[in-house]
Amino acid sequence: MTQSNAARKSITTGEMGTAIAFAVLAFASIFIAAKAYTSEYAFHAYLFAAASAAAVFKIIDRYSSRPAEPPPLIIDGKPNYNMGPVKFSTVAAMFWGIAGFTVGLWAALELAFPVLNFDLAWISFGRLRPLHTSAVIFAFGGNVLIATSFYVVQRTCRARLAGDLAPWFVVLGYNFFILIAGTGYLLGITQSKEYAEPEWYADLWLTVVWIAYLLVFLGTLRRRTEPHIYVANWFYLAFILTIAVLHVGNNAAIPVSIFSPKSYIVWAGVQDAMVQWWYGHNAVGFFLTAGFLAIMYYFIPKRAERPVYSYRLSIIHFWSLIFLYIWAGPHHLHYTALPDWTQTLGMTFSIMLWMPSWGGMINGLMTLSGAWDKLRTDPVLRMMVVSVAFYGMATFEGPLMSIKAVNSLSHYTDWTIGHVHSGALGWVAYISFGAIYCLVPWLWNRERLYSLKLVSWHFWISTIGIVLYISSMWVSGILQGLMWRAYTNLGFLEYSFIETVEAMHPFYIIRALGGALFIAGALIMAWNLWKTVQSADLALSVASPALQPAE
Amino acid sequence: MSSTYMMLAGFAQTWGLLYFVSVFVLVLVYALWPKSKTRFDEAARMPLRED
Repeated sequence: MTQSNAARKSITTGEMGTAIAFAVLAFASIFIAAKAYTSEYAFHAYLFAAASAAAVFKIIDRYSSRPAEPPPLIIDGKPNYNMGPVKFSTVAAMFWGIAGFTVGLWAALELAFPVLNFDLAWISFGRLRPLHTSAVIFAFGGNVLIATSFYVVQRTCRARLAGDLAPWFVVLGYNFFILIAGTGYLLGITQSKEYAEPEWYADLWLTVVWIAYLLVFLGTLRRRTEPHIYVANWFYLAFILTIAVLHVGNNAAIPVSIFSPKSYIVWAGVQDAMVQWWYGHNAVGFFLTAGFLAIMYYFIPKRAERPVYSYRLSIIHFWSLIFLYIWAGPHHLHYTALPDWTQTLGMTFSIMLWMPSWGGMINGLMTLSGAWDKLRTDPVLRMMVVSVAFYGMATFEGPLMSIKAVNSLSHYTDWTIGHVHSGALGWVAYISFGAIYCLVPWLWNRERLYSLKLVSWHFWISTIGIVLYISSMWVSGILQGLMWRAYTNLGFLEYSFIETVEAMHPFYIIRALGGALFIAGALIMAWNLWKTVQSADLALSVASPALQPAE
Repeated sequence: MSSTYMMLAGFAQTWGLLYFVSVFVLVLVYALWPKSKTRFDEAARMPLRED
């Protein structure tokens, strides 16, 4: 048998299949756009058509410029990591983060000064609010999770990311979903489910992207050369798998027509409310908690150069957290049509959650034992440690607020907003900032960040911002709750609703100031990262493993 | 309606409780098994290892 020297270049089934699928989607989208019931929906269909056409061209272009052989899995005995999609997601996270924080600030200012919506429908509070929540949770947080999960799974499995086009499909497809969701809110397309506002077609698209994400992650785990699956990967896997189940369950909707953005959910009445908050609370539990705990379990040991304090505790932490979280949703529906026993069940599980949450917090903090001095010299580590402290605080406050008696005061007030932001700004954003500060020098082969001093400025400015935000919302929320339930001695309500709104005004201004400081910190961060990537004199001198072309 | 409740509550308070406790015990046994100590101590260092 003779072998030819150079392998003949041929298109793979994956490339061919994906290109054909996108070509079909492009034509279908144009057809739908032409027959769409509303112009907003037609706009989205055209976006799908343009993105699909671009995908076809990109796949063909990539094929024509790539070498015949697929990228090797190992170069010189080292895994040939695929960091292109990680880089893209890291940059996207920073971009969406600043965009999402800014929209949040604008929404906060509209609450203090309603004139700021300029009577424009598309920037009214009702449309900006989901834009803000989705931008910070799904666009910022989601890109951080995709970037770090693709990084951590490769490094701890010592294997190249599975799939050729698939990782890019996940990263670009997810960001396209964000684009559809965000523009949809501004145009008034929503199914009015909190944290699940996008309509049926966006949900279907996300389902496909998410399954690809799961397969890439599982495929990489299968390729691992390490026998043990590191605990961070367990948390990532729980996050990806559970979000898939939640997303499909909560978005089981039937569209009015394929030409209409409107759909109706198959669940009715209180069942729908229960499914919504089963989804809603587990978006907190598995997206904002499990996923970011994975970041904690990789990036804190790495940055502190200390092993995980107790690996055994991390195993107990993982299994008890995921077994308990899934039951906590009903605490969002206290004193509603939901049966009493279901409310009590939700409350009980929420209180039990305190234990695994604090177990995890202790494990994260104690990882610094023997390296506490680094807190003085390394503001990145300080940021991550403060984030774990905020995690402990928010997970103490959460169970407290799930108690029915407390909830009767706190529910529907700004206290909830304060609680959410101590988790979102303090925990999720800070651990993400810490991870991005670590990732950027690693990904772009820089020996260190451009300036640690700027990180310190970022840390202090945004910490003051968080403190202003959450303390103003505590005061405002409790005041609001007390005013709502105040009676005169004749048994009438003491305050009209508008009087409570008036009382909130100073706190809304303080809150907006806190938000502005938080954005100022994020802008300093973006500048610092930009300079880190741009400064050639920070480049690592050691030869880095050659990246494959087309990455 | 109340019979549905009684059935669910009865199930949760017996089999549900048993299920949760046994899962938790299994996790404890797995995590605290003395022979696994070296394996887990090694796993705790996984992020620190370089290629």
